[in-house]
Amino acid sequence: MDTSSAALLAPPYCEQAAPPPKIRVLNLNFFYGRQQALFHNRLDIPARRVTAIIGPSGCGKSTHIRTYNRIFELYPDQRAEGQVLLDGVNILDPGFDLTELRRRVGMIFQKPTPFPMSIFDNVAYGLRTHYRLSRSEIADRVEAALKKAALWEEVKDFLKKPGTSLSGGQQQRLCIARSIVVEPEVLLMDEPCSAIDPVATAKIEELILELKEKYTIVIVTHNMQQAARISDQTAYFYQGRILKSGPTPEIFEEFSLLEEVPTPKRLAALLALTEETETPYAS
Amino acid sequence: MKYRPPTGRKVINGVVSVSAALSALLGLLILFWIIWEVLYRGLTALNWDFFTHLPTPPGVPGGGLANAIVGTLVLTLAATVVAVPVGLLAGIYLAEFAEDSRLGDLSRFSANVLMGLPSIIVGVFAYSLVVLPMGNFCGYAGVVALAVIMLPVITRTTEDMLRLVPNTLREAALALGAPRWRVTLAVVFRAAKSGLLTGVLLAVARVSGETAPLLFTALNSPYWFHSLADPTPNLTVTIFHYAMSPYPDWQSKAWGASFLITFGVLWITIATRVMLRERKG
Repeated sequence: MDTSSAALLAPPYCEQAAPPPKIRVLNLNFFYGRQQALFHNRLDIPARRVTAIIGPSGCGKSTHIRTYNRIFELYPDQRAEGQVLLDGVNILDPGFDLTELRRRVGMIFQKPTPFPMSIFDNVAYGLRTHYRLSRSEIADRVEAALKKAALWEEVKDFLKKPGTSLSGGQQQRLCIARSIVVEPEVLLMDEPCSAIDPVATAKIEELILELKEKYTIVIVTHNMQQAARISDQTAYFYQGRILKSGPTPEIFEEFSLLEEVPTPKRLAALLALTEETETPYAS
Repeated sequence: MKYRPPTGRKVINGVVSVSAALSALLGLLILFWIIWEVLYRGLTALNWDFFTHLPTPPGVPGGGLANAIVGTLVLTLAATVVAVPVGLLAGIYLAEFAEDSRLGDLSRFSANVLMGLPSIIVGVFAYSLVVLPMGNFCGYAGVVALAVIMLPVITRTTEDMLRLVPNTLREAALALGAPRWRVTLAVVFRAAKSGLLTGVLLAVARVSGETAPLLFTALNSPYWFHSLADPTPNLTVTIFHYAMSPYPDWQSKAWGASFLITFGVLWITIATRVMLRERKG
């Protein structure tokens, strides 16, 4: 997509600059028990753009986005400090309503996770959790979500079949339909293509580019080409710190990410630089 | 290095294989022997009257064990109704909410101990808890004893089955904004459905053959079952009495009752196996 059409899609108040951040992360620290996994993360996620989170394995990419919907709270020994502002409100505040947060911030996981129920009920599940709707209204919205997830044509005759009977790529699109049916504002994707084949991956990438017209998307990926293809912004993680974030072409240029894997030496130097310039925000 | 000839190892290998196979064969032999005896002698004792008539006094031909069949069904069903909700809830607590809590560890440990408790002790417990205060043997006491035996079995299988459900499924459901109890009931429970049913059926199979806890509690009765507040007729205690009696007619009835229980339990066990296989497939 060239820049002129991107500008057309952007909201009118930000013809030139990036739109205001949908999510602003300030001085985020994260702990697994006593072990600290994220250090002073600071990041702006622009609205209706695709933000890619990249970096080597174990650098805290998933940990980082798992704070955006507080899903880490399932595990009692995990803890986040700092601020994650969604439209200016700190969602890490214990008083923030979790149900509402998770309706607004949906999540797609690495492995497709269809529930043990029919395709239709999989999509209707979130809908029934959050809204009181008539039967026909539910059916309409499920259909619309499956269409948006580019799955409708493949499943419209088998809506009663179990969700687990679909192929891996279809299951992942089912999970996307399940997430967008409740009309979230942000979609978090934690390596959504790492467990599925290349053709299905291409379909999902296409889908992501369509979805960003309506949703703010944050995607964790190991695949540099994928990040370059679909993202507008990129945040480069290393050892729990964000080395650099900014427009994807700039980041890829600076680190020549498509040509080479940065050497540990270079990463260590960058890390030292990050730590030096780190001025923890008062939260 | 000195070469070590393989003969010694080969001989030991042969001896171990053969003795292991023989032991397995012995176990199977005994099992089939019992099943054959019960089948052969039990089937000849069964007839229409067996299922429809009250027992007759010794020496009077005919009669049946209809009252004991009904009584055993009622006792087992009532114990299941009492133990299943409590056991399921306890299992949910252990698997979903008490991963590292003190209370959780304590409950898990107690359930394990309770599972190994001799059933006659459970019978004495129910005796002192229900029979003594009420002043007579009664079905309620039997229900309590059987439920106490079922409880830890259901609790532990529920916990194990829920733990088999991958956390990714819980995360996915929570990420949609569903509250924890809905995630457990609508998603985790559904994923573990056949496993949970297996646990319940195994517990039923376990108690339907229990005799000792009923001796102190439900006792037995030669009359129709009419209330759990009275001594309740049941098959296992009937077997106990009839098999020891000197009357061939009663002994034959004991075989018939043994047949019913053995094949009832066998049928339940096979059903659970089939269900588990379907779950894997």
